[in-house]
Amino acid sequence: MSTILDPQTATQPRQAATMQGETRAQGSDTPSLSIVMEDRKASRANPAKASADKLNFWYGANQALKNINLVIPEHQVTALIGPSGCGKSTFLRCFNRMHDLQADTKYEGAITLRPDNVNLVGPETDPIEVRMRIGMVFQKPNPFPKSVFENVAYGLRLRGINNKTELAERVEKALRGAAIWDEVKDRLNDSALALSGGQMQRVCISRALATEPEILLFDEPTSALDPIATAKIEELITELRQRVTVLIVTHNMQQAARVSDFTAFMYLGELVEVDATSKIFTNPSKKATEDYITGRYG
Amino acid sequence: MAATAHLTLEEIRKGLSWRKQLDKLFIAIGLALLFGCLGILAILFFDLVRDGAPRFGWDFFTSFPSRKAENAGILSAAVGTMLIMLVTALVALPVGVAAAIYLEEYAPKNWFTGIIEINVTNLAGVPSIIYGLLALGLFVYQFNFGQSVLTAGLTLALLILPIVIVATRESLRAVPKAIREAAYGLGATRWEVTKDHVLPYSTGGILTGLILGLSRAIGETAPIITIGALSFIAFLPPSPVTGEFPFLNFEWLMSEFTAMPIQMFNWVSRPDQAFQANAAAAGAILLGMTLAMNAVAIWIRYRFRKKISW
Repeated sequence: MSTILDPQTATQPRQAATMQGETRAQGSDTPSLSIVMEDRKASRANPAKASADKLNFWYGANQALKNINLVIPEHQVTALIGPSGCGKSTFLRCFNRMHDLQADTKYEGAITLRPDNVNLVGPETDPIEVRMRIGMVFQKPNPFPKSVFENVAYGLRLRGINNKTELAERVEKALRGAAIWDEVKDRLNDSALALSGGQMQRVCISRALATEPEILLFDEPTSALDPIATAKIEELITELRQRVTVLIVTHNMQQAARVSDFTAFMYLGELVEVDATSKIFTNPSKKATEDYITGRYG
Repeated sequence: MAATAHLTLEEIRKGLSWRKQLDKLFIAIGLALLFGCLGILAILFFDLVRDGAPRFGWDFFTSFPSRKAENAGILSAAVGTMLIMLVTALVALPVGVAAAIYLEEYAPKNWFTGIIEINVTNLAGVPSIIYGLLALGLFVYQFNFGQSVLTAGLTLALLILPIVIVATRESLRAVPKAIREAAYGLGATRWEVTKDHVLPYSTGGILTGLILGLSRAIGETAPIITIGALSFIAFLPPSPVTGEFPFLNFEWLMSEFTAMPIQMFNWVSRPDQAFQANAAAAGAILLGMTLAMNAVAIWIRYRFRKKISW
């Protein structure tokens, strides 16, 4: 198991949750809505996995995030919604320091990861260390032009795991976790580029899951997929909550409503409102949120 | 808006037929120019083959130069060219690829790297004899490499370095940002991203660039004349591979040499008409070598493209 987690607080429930998640992924029955709703209620009191405190972010002189404060509860799905250019993807990418790949970007404030209280965006924190703890799934499926197996194994190899048996076990586990094992178990050595778009995206999710990240970031993971593939990914995301904390950016409000426990609405680089998803979509407290979710946003 | 009268069908058709004729005119001009160029190349090639026809034969490949045209062959020149190309490739590939990786993946984008980039591109346009002069001063006199295979290989490596660098940079740049982000997202360092992903995925483009560079170098005459290649060599350099341990031998690097274009130049400048046939035959073979290298480049590009699609 992951050694970076505090074993007392996290490992035990995570193991249990993982097994549960796997049983579900193997069976064909989908979790019924009532189970999902129950989960949501039960976990309402989850402790924070990460929290953004007074987070500001600049691309050059252009301030893209303004004073963001947000708590990400552990083992929950938090969705970020808002119009194009509102900063939701920018915010998401702060969590694994993707902006560091670009010149002339600046963070200010903190994203604190619990329980060890590392400031993810702090200048003293190594971005590679951050990315080893926090996985990401991108907008467009981006498998490496390698075999399915090598795609999923890559993160493990980076972590020094080269033992064949262990690699095989963990790759299988990750592929099962992303509900794609049955579809690819006979083609593990085929190029991942030969798969369909939805399968590629689930391989990318497996790739991120294989390293057992503490938070998994999704940047509009279904925007390049057809509705059937989208439904599978959404179902997967609701299940993933069992093993990992999820933060998802989506353009699609129905998607946010379907998959998330909490929803944050962002507008012009600011966080307007955050609340339980059911509350945001039925009874938002801010006018701007209501306008956006009812389609009146101009 | 409503006031604008739209075109009648007749007007549309009339205008369209004129525009389509322009289209066809362009195709005709383009094809004419294209076939003109190809035609000239083909005539050149067939002319060489016709003139050199009496000389084609096994003897021509296995004979050393001779005072008698009918006994002369290209053995030392062909072997010299191959060894020089080997040195050139072994030097230009790692240096060029390393330079390109640095410029593309590591160098910060500032005025200094801007100047380096402009200069690398400009180097491709420097006359080849300048490289010859540089090599004469540096490799022959300064480093005392002599008029050797090593000197010639290094000189031509310098000559094609800009080609290799530019081609490599282009194929590195062709690797999509999404692939890099995927690797970085898993916690890879910059070097791991480069070595595990960017470099393997751009191998096709890099090798293509190298081969195109080599096919330019193979015909270069001026720089190797400048460094003092001999035109009459009746021996072969020591073999790079030996039967005894350690099986490799590097004496050939310091051996004197001649090369295909030098041999041709020598034969062309002879008054005896019989040598003209030799020159033509050697020219046809050299042209054939260049075309074969280009064919290999196309094949490699095709092979790698098939495996990788973005």
